[in-house]
Amino acid sequence: MIENLDMSLVDWSRGQFALTAMFHWLFVPLTLGLSFILAFMETIYVKTGDEFWKRTTKFWMTIFGINFAIGVATGIILEFEFGTNWSNYSWFVGDIFGAPLAIEGIMAFFLESTFIAVMFFGWNKVGKKFHLLSTWLVAIGANLSALWILVANAWMQNPVGMFFNPETARNEMVNFWEVLFSQSAVNKFLHTISSGFVLGALVVIGISSWYLLKRREQLMAKRSMIVASVFGLLSGLFLIFTGDSSARDIARDQPMKFAAMEALYEGKTRAPLVLAGALRGEEAGSGLGEREFLFRIEVPGVLSYMVHLDPAGFVPGILDLVRGNEEHGVLSLEEKISRGTVAMEALRELKDIRDTDSERYSELLARFSDEEWVENHFRYFGYGYFRGKDPATVIPHVPIAFYSFHLMVFLGGFFVLVFLATLYWGIRDQMDNKRWFLRIALWTIPLAYIASQAGWVLSEMGRQPWVIQDLMPTFAAVSRIDTETVQITFWLFAVTFTALLIAELSIMFKQVKSGPKEGEK
Amino acid sequence: MRQEMETKKPNLAVRIFRFYYDGFRSMTVGRKLWLIILIKLFIMFAVFRLFFFRDFLEERFDTDEQKSDYVIETLTNF
Repeated sequence: MIENLDMSLVDWSRGQFALTAMFHWLFVPLTLGLSFILAFMETIYVKTGDEFWKRTTKFWMTIFGINFAIGVATGIILEFEFGTNWSNYSWFVGDIFGAPLAIEGIMAFFLESTFIAVMFFGWNKVGKKFHLLSTWLVAIGANLSALWILVANAWMQNPVGMFFNPETARNEMVNFWEVLFSQSAVNKFLHTISSGFVLGALVVIGISSWYLLKRREQLMAKRSMIVASVFGLLSGLFLIFTGDSSARDIARDQPMKFAAMEALYEGKTRAPLVLAGALRGEEAGSGLGEREFLFRIEVPGVLSYMVHLDPAGFVPGILDLVRGNEEHGVLSLEEKISRGTVAMEALRELKDIRDTDSERYSELLARFSDEEWVENHFRYFGYGYFRGKDPATVIPHVPIAFYSFHLMVFLGGFFVLVFLATLYWGIRDQMDNKRWFLRIALWTIPLAYIASQAGWVLSEMGRQPWVIQDLMPTFAAVSRIDTETVQITFWLFAVTFTALLIAELSIMFKQVKSGPKEGEK
Repeated sequence: MRQEMETKKPNLAVRIFRFYYDGFRSMTVGRKLWLIILIKLFIMFAVFRLFFFRDFLEERFDTDEQKSDYVIETLTNF
């Protein structure tokens, strides 16, 4: 069946999922970051009793509300797609996805939906401290909601804490805490929410810069910039720290993605980190699509240090991961395919003899519970699909992984400089004179969104061809439905999402232009 | 007098209703946003979900065993 699969169905299904996820991610990071900025501002109001901070909090709360309203529930479409377009995947992941998503739904409903009403409607109706508590709970609730979906995503990148039941073809969670607190889940959560904090801070700084350029709402703008730059700077530094930890996770669990991020074809000890570079086209006749650098700026030993905390450590390249490297204990693709094929054939035989040979059935069933067999064979289950295929099909698109990674890192560094400059000139009250910087800060808003999306492009495109690392390739995950249906819904989504985005931007621009007003909801 | 005031205080359900009612009534930007939310939810659930996003396995099979058999067949027939 897989052999006869129409690859355009896979491409359209992937395209549709990417469109929906990227659209959803336009709204989420601002909610994550701005919610905390509101909480900080309102805390200052409650502590000082200064009505200025109440007015300022209410203005940013309106911006938060617009973003929240347009973005709310856009993620539900992803769940629709799981059941319709990705049924093999949905079945295979079993309750690993179900449990975190259910917790997310309950948390989002009780924490966000309940307290967000108090946050918007409760001014002068509930006590100051209860209102402040509600604002904090909205911020915490929004970020905890993100935790569960990020845990599910981290499991796809590094499947742990489960047992594969060969009788049902479903993964069953055996250790909730291992799934929740796996190193990849913790780093993914912290890295993603801190990127949201950075984006939220940059939006506040950018909008405040616009007010200063227009010489309007100057006090509100200056004070907002200081709050946002302190929060943004701390978040930006934390983002670098979690990014470093995430890189180590990727090198350990997804070495092919890691090699693609750096366009590293030949593995090396003292591997250099490429700071910037441009890739040539594929080398003709290379077989595995090798690309040379047109130019690159690199720092020797740093990539090895990032992975092993030792500049002499070996980092496998794409070719090592395909051909294998005995000296450094890297299995070849051929060996992984062979092991995966054994696991896949065991699953098929198990189904075929279920009603005819109980002895053999029990024997095969026992294999899936044998830790050694699982570690040596089932762990490579997904490689069974690549038997007889071109080895290049297990390599992600190297330029996409390379450029999205370097763009994200470059912009992340730039944002830290923006926060430092904002804080420095903000504290010295020199921001009015730095009109060139205010223009840069304003145009940093779209850059924040580009960096945020680039991070997800790296995460999801870089792990191809896997939808679940080493267990399920993307093409095996799709439902056998008509490609035309997926195309129709792709365009329906594209039109709907574009309309919603236009609505959000026009309402938000109008709100920013009209500025803070007393009593607006 | 104090006792009279206490007896006149509406119950919790009424107070919660009034809280939301007054909140929605006094909205300005929020009204437009609620309209967008309602239109969006209608499109998502009444159009997308109903006509385009039926659950693939749910629609074709009655039992979990049938679903498992189908998925194993699909995944291992390579």
